Amino acid sequence: MSARRIFARPARFAAIAPYVWMVLFFLVPFGFVLKISLSQTAIAQPPYEPVFDLTAGWTAIRAAFAALSIDNFRLLTSDDLYVFAYLRSLIVAVTATALLLLIGYPIAYGMARLPKRWQAVAMVLVIVPFWTSFLIRIYAWINILQHDGLLNQILLALNLVGEPVVWLSTDTAMYIGIVYSYLPFMILPLYATLAKMEPALEEAAGDLGAPPWQVFWLVTFPLSLPGVGAGVLLCFIPIVGEFVIPDLLAGSNSLMIGQTLWLEFFTNKDWPVASSAAIVLLVVLLLPLLLYERLQRRQLEER
Amino acid sequence: MRQFSRLSRFNVASLALGLAFLYLPILILVIYSFNASRLVTVWGGWSLRWYHEFFADSAMIEASWMSLRVATTSATIATLLGTLAAVALSRGERFRGRTLFSGMLYAPLVMPEVITGLSLLLLFVALNAERGFWTVTIAHTTLTMCFVAVVVQSRLGSLDRSLEEAAMDLGCAPVRAFLSVTLPLIAPAIVAGWMLAFTLSLDDLVIASFTTGPGSATLPIRIYSEVRLGVKPEINAISTLVIALIAVVIVIASLASKLSSSQGESAAPL
Repeated sequence: MSARRIFARPARFAAIAPYVWMVLFFLVPFGFVLKISLSQTAIAQPPYEPVFDLTAGWTAIRAAFAALSIDNFRLLTSDDLYVFAYLRSLIVAVTATALLLLIGYPIAYGMARLPKRWQAVAMVLVIVPFWTSFLIRIYAWINILQHDGLLNQILLALNLVGEPVVWLSTDTAMYIGIVYSYLPFMILPLYATLAKMEPALEEAAGDLGAPPWQVFWLVTFPLSLPGVGAGVLLCFIPIVGEFVIPDLLAGSNSLMIGQTLWLEFFTNKDWPVASSAAIVLLVVLLLPLLLYERLQRRQLEER
Repeated sequence: MRQFSRLSRFNVASLALGLAFLYLPILILVIYSFNASRLVTVWGGWSLRWYHEFFADSAMIEASWMSLRVATTSATIATLLGTLAAVALSRGERFRGRTLFSGMLYAPLVMPEVITGLSLLLLFVALNAERGFWTVTIAHTTLTMCFVAVVVQSRLGSLDRSLEEAAMDLGCAPVRAFLSVTLPLIAPAIVAGWMLAFTLSLDDLVIASFTTGPGSATLPIRIYSEVRLGVKPEINAISTLVIALIAVVIVIASLASKLSSSQGESAAPL
């Protein structure tokens, strides 16, 4: 009997504890988000009703169901604030992901062309910033971008600008922050596919007379598409719901959906509306999430 | 040098600029943490003043302590659960609900944190749980066990299965074969997974903000509320200490993966 088969049963038992944990703390909570997104706001603790009470018997449950409403969703679709927030989130995510691809690709390409030993070093160098705190890296940029920060000092010293430029609270600062924070997520999957590529393919194209840009565009780039897909999903999905970066670096006149959700929850204490915003965000991200899940599973399990 | 012959000038430039972009901001932050001047922009000579200030700030110290406790506890539980999940997925063949299982494990890796944080908070409120250390720990465990599972699973996938088979051919029971053959081989990945879970937990702001209660702020929550008010040299000092702590963790993790690469393929990139 092969080890695969003998191992199968105890390995299945290994699934029990993490399975129960994930159902309890990942799946079930979504049920609560859905439920509260359908309930009314109330000035109470917790600030919503109806309170679902299973012990109150069947009529109470029926009454609770009758009290469910889609008012919050109606508010989300009718109020410009939310519609704009969703649109802005998508636009920011698309733009930032495109920037990340443009900046990350040459770096990953350079890494893949390093000698093998240096590739490992370069990979560690790209991963290390991912390990250092996210918040601290954003803070580092506030240091640089503030009114009398290093960037303005350098620009003034070089006489490139006459007076300090306003960087903070602009979209430019936000894009710098996003690109900076998510760059490793773009580089690593790109590098993984580029490093596996057979150098002979590019050489053959070159030997047959293709100029370098054609070699890249007709051979290298199409072969790296799986890495492009992984990198794009890995960046796009979390950026849509990003909160910290736009909150600290972008201006407050146009918000992303992660920020409105945060605001509704912590400032307005409107849990039902925050929950509805989360549900809509989840629906928007469902397709990319499913794509990502399939990609990840194929990569890890079909070896 | 012939081994660098495949690099064009463009490749070298993009590598150099890319790495400079990744490291300069952190370097600047660290240097300014030793600045004697209160103004972040004026260099007033080297000083440890802001470190003294940090150690005298009891609220910050308390928050750091809370963060370290949460990170240690959640990383340990997450490593246990994540490793079990990885074993089930890479050795368990088909079982009912497997697709759901892997979906639940991979989704949190990219799920926006505001959603995860909000949904867990609503659960804790519904359960009437007192919010504080344990709710944050549970929330962080849920997120980080997925990262551990990916790291360990990728190591298990690259492992030579004939070793396990040989052990069992020689009469080892499956569980024993796992404990005495497989486990030592994946140990470096498990260590790396713990380290990753630890740093992720130490770093998290959004999920912790949702799931913690009054009076038990973590370090990122404290830092965030200070940063919103503007740049303060003390924050540079705290950040430098966190970076130093994480650097130590990375060195240990990379030593662990060195061990693993001498026994076969290296551990997962994350």
